[in-house]
Amino acid sequence: MSTSVWLIPAFPLAGALINMLFGRLTGRRASWIAVPALLGSFLAACAVFSRVWHGEIVTARLYPWIQGGEFTTAVSVAVDPLTGVMLLVITGVGFLIHVYSVGYMHDDPGYARYFAYLNLFVFSMTMLVLASNFLLLYVFWEAVGLCSYLLIGFWYTRPAAAQAGKKAFIVNRVGDLGFGLGVMWLWVAVGSLDYADVFKAAGSMEPATATWIALLLFMGACGKSAQIPLHVWLPDAMEGPTPVSALIHAATMVTAGVYMVARSHVLFERSGVALDVVAAIGVATAVFAATIGLVQTDIKRVLAYSTVSQLGYMFAAVGIGAYAAGIFHLVTHAFFKALLFLGAGSVIHGMNGEQDLRKMGDLSKRMMATTITMGIGALGLAGMLPLAGFWSKDEILAAAFFGHRRVLWGLLVAGAFMTAFYTFRMFFLAFFGSPRMSREVAHHVHESPRSMTWPLVILAVLTTVTGLAVGIPLEHGSPFERFLAPVFARLEEAHSPVAALALAVLSVVVVAAGILLAWMLYHVRRVKAEEVGQPRTWVHALLLNAWYVDAIYDRLIVQPLYALSVLLARAFDLGVIDGIVNGLGRAVTGWAAGFRRLQTGFVVNYALTMLVGAVLLVGYLLTR
Amino acid sequence: MTGHLLSVVVFLPLAGAVLLLAVPRWAEGVLRGGALAVAVLAFVVSLALWTGFDARQADYQFVEDMRWMPSLGVGYHLGLDGISLLLVLLTTLLSPIALGSAWRAIEDRTKEFVITMLVLETGMLGVFVSLDLFLFYVFWEGMLIPMYFVIGVWGGENRIYAAIKFVLYTMAGSVLMLVAILALYAQHGAATGAYTFDLPTLERWVMPRGLAQNLMFAAFALAFAIKVPLFPFHTWLPDAHVEAPTAGSIILAGVLLKMGTYGFLRFCLPLFPDASMRYAPVIFALAVVGVIYGAWVSTVQPDLKKLVAYSSVSHLGFVMLGIFTLNVQGMVGGVIQMINHGLSTGALFLMVGMIYERRHTRLIADFGGLWTVIPAFSAVFMVVVLSSLGLPGLNGFVGEFLVLLGTFRAHPVLATFATTGIIFAAVYLLWMYQRVIFGEVTSEANRRLRDLSPREWAVVVPLLVFIVLIGVAPSPFTGRTEASVKALIARVESKAGASAAAAATAQARP
Repeated sequence: MSTSVWLIPAFPLAGALINMLFGRLTGRRASWIAVPALLGSFLAACAVFSRVWHGEIVTARLYPWIQGGEFTTAVSVAVDPLTGVMLLVITGVGFLIHVYSVGYMHDDPGYARYFAYLNLFVFSMTMLVLASNFLLLYVFWEAVGLCSYLLIGFWYTRPAAAQAGKKAFIVNRVGDLGFGLGVMWLWVAVGSLDYADVFKAAGSMEPATATWIALLLFMGACGKSAQIPLHVWLPDAMEGPTPVSALIHAATMVTAGVYMVARSHVLFERSGVALDVVAAIGVATAVFAATIGLVQTDIKRVLAYSTVSQLGYMFAAVGIGAYAAGIFHLVTHAFFKALLFLGAGSVIHGMNGEQDLRKMGDLSKRMMATTITMGIGALGLAGMLPLAGFWSKDEILAAAFFGHRRVLWGLLVAGAFMTAFYTFRMFFLAFFGSPRMSREVAHHVHESPRSMTWPLVILAVLTTVTGLAVGIPLEHGSPFERFLAPVFARLEEAHSPVAALALAVLSVVVVAAGILLAWMLYHVRRVKAEEVGQPRTWVHALLLNAWYVDAIYDRLIVQPLYALSVLLARAFDLGVIDGIVNGLGRAVTGWAAGFRRLQTGFVVNYALTMLVGAVLLVGYLLTR
Repeated sequence: MTGHLLSVVVFLPLAGAVLLLAVPRWAEGVLRGGALAVAVLAFVVSLALWTGFDARQADYQFVEDMRWMPSLGVGYHLGLDGISLLLVLLTTLLSPIALGSAWRAIEDRTKEFVITMLVLETGMLGVFVSLDLFLFYVFWEGMLIPMYFVIGVWGGENRIYAAIKFVLYTMAGSVLMLVAILALYAQHGAATGAYTFDLPTLERWVMPRGLAQNLMFAAFALAFAIKVPLFPFHTWLPDAHVEAPTAGSIILAGVLLKMGTYGFLRFCLPLFPDASMRYAPVIFALAVVGVIYGAWVSTVQPDLKKLVAYSSVSHLGFVMLGIFTLNVQGMVGGVIQMINHGLSTGALFLMVGMIYERRHTRLIADFGGLWTVIPAFSAVFMVVVLSSLGLPGLNGFVGEFLVLLGTFRAHPVLATFATTGIIFAAVYLLWMYQRVIFGEVTSEANRRLRDLSPREWAVVVPLLVFIVLIGVAPSPFTGRTEASVKALIARVESKAGASAAAAATAQARP
């Protein structure tokens, strides 16, 4: 029975359509449709997962989609262990965030529209991981981008939100340019876009071809998963409602790039070079984004740069061939980052929309549940033993170390230190120290309603236990890794237990040092709000401005292209091209005015002209 | 009756126009309703073409072949294949929509307007089904006259300039095409002894390669390139669109431009295969330039209609690319892209017309924050914008992807350049959308706009249906095109091969 597979996307699609077409009727009751739709989707995913658990690969085919000559693709899906894991994360975390949204978006006039978009996103995201060919993947790759666009710009009256939505879409399209070309090349090289055919053919593909295709596909991943140089849209995407940031811009959609690279690992391996590029970009992004996270003053922006950085860790993992580790980090990150974002949302909700860390402080007194759960999330992100983040990050570091990528390993360890520091800088600034908000706000600070705190608690539990349950590396890899073994067809080699233990200890020490430093600077020392976020050195200014990447893009790409377009539109199109057209018209009018003078109306003139003409004609005929 | 189905579809609007002549001009309701009824009837009848069409067959179907002026070799020869089928249906779909859009917009000389529109429809349909060069030319030129009136009589302030520019520009190309038609007639007659304008006969004849063929190709190509419009022959288009009433813009963008691309497929490729292949690189280059140039120039237009007009230059560039790939993917994609452009850009002009009716301005700067005031309009507009920028799941993607895939097979580097067009399409469309729809309401005049009326819903919903349908289930559409496209490719290749062989034997002879 393959119908249960279709139920996974069908529930949220139905929810989205109902709230879109009849939003005026559903109104405040929109969540009565949207939330059960997600629950249904989650249960269907569980049902399918249990079959995958027993070693089955569930496939289904709906109908042939685009066809032209020998080109053909179908709407077809397949669930293997990798897709199974992704489905559980998407629908599970998605369900929690839907529940959370009921409280968070409570007073919003666009309630129905919000849930319609959110359902549409879950539909698209589940289809993205279900797709069993590259074109369908591409379709939903763009569809999740659309949902992201709609939800970033959800509060459309705010110019910054509308701007950020558009930026996200366009930057993603730059990545999709590569992705699209990669897909076309793949078809020209293989003659099919089905995963099965492609990965079978990839083994014998010309390595240079494989490199080109893999790098083009990776360009799409850079866009979707916010890696250098296409990372610029994600921090701005924080203009969207916070649950959206949690679901789309942290837990699920942005990990699509990691999923895609892991899914296509055969192709990347055939190339070799492409894998190195993935690793290099991943590590560079991990460190780069972490440095920016050190100085942010907006609670959501800290988390946004942290997401960019953590995605870098995932790419680093798949780039060095530790696919299962990368996917495991994807899962644990989905839990703790969703938790952190939802916690931040709870803070923002409690403080009446305030996001500036400088105006927070001492919130632990009023928001106990949020403080505790967010503390767990912070430990998870920092990667502290025994939370999930420790196990997944540690596996990546170990893979780098034992894979003899010592430089990458060193950079990742430095990144881990920074991660621990900025996470707890945020945590202490928000929840401890002296309150720095206005008296009015201070008076209103309150814990969030149950519908918001319960998802926090569940995510905190998941953050705590996931690592212990499935992430502990045993002799033949962790249980998680063994589950994914059929997809990746390999296990990371066993290492000497002493070295592995030493690495783990080092990792804990580094994290503890980061937390300690944050504690000293932002808890022990009295925080002066006016000093935080004030650039004192050029390095500080550089980081505050995110290495000026946006400014550089604006100067080097956006403005020149705009100026060129204006020049083409005004000077070239109207001046040159249309000038020639109108000039021709005028020339004809001019000649006509000249010829008109020949029509004198005197018969003698005409007769004379005829005579001259006749003489010339006869002369020509005679001399020919 | 079934034997003359094509004639019925083509001349039904004209017959309706003749009937409406009898209606007094003060009975505007009867005139509007009657014209709409005729156009809808034509659409319904044309559906019989869709259901009766045999997708497996590449040859012309519903053929009618009668003698007209036998002494000159002129016949009344009609037929439909996979390429023209979709265009005929697009025409019969867009015509009632255009009439519906003008319900309130045209209040002056209603009688003349509806009659002109119906005559125009017959002209356009005739172009797509004529299988005789003489007959084709009659329709091709004949259709110019009603369009001239639509722009020149019911247009905006600068309508006379725009209408004359449109007609003169098009005529300049068509006159050369007429010369080429006569030359082809003469050459074929001299070579075979049969003087005829019959297209299937001419298509079968292998014309020797060389200067004559190249010149004829150039003349045809120029006429069609102006119509498409292919860069750099596009400057009549923004003027014509800005001045034309909404109904005119819908027809102009939706159907008239397709006559150019259709002409390349129907005449240039099969009649002059050697020249087509020889000049394909030039057309390729111009098409890619058009894709990018159109998008860039579109971005900075302050006027909504000009923005959409320049976006047509970009979109039609994709169609031209597809046609000249000479492979199945590219050409099927090109045909589908023609239909998609008609639907999406037709819908864009329709939506722009709706807000123009309310505010009497088309300047982007005069709008902002419309979602707050007219959410239903804004949501529909969003779907149309997404369709135009080629979002997968909607129609635009199917055509663009197949075209780019075909182009990639033929020429990967050019395909890369053309693919950047999808980025720029997102730039100009989303930026426009952001400025018009998002943000706070900036102008007091926009605060009291009313949302979509039932009539406006009725006009736009059919377009939305096809936008989604082609996006989700394109196979019925591509499937009906494929056999004819394959046959066309085979014909071009075999004729080019035959003429090459002929040239070789001619050379081998002492």
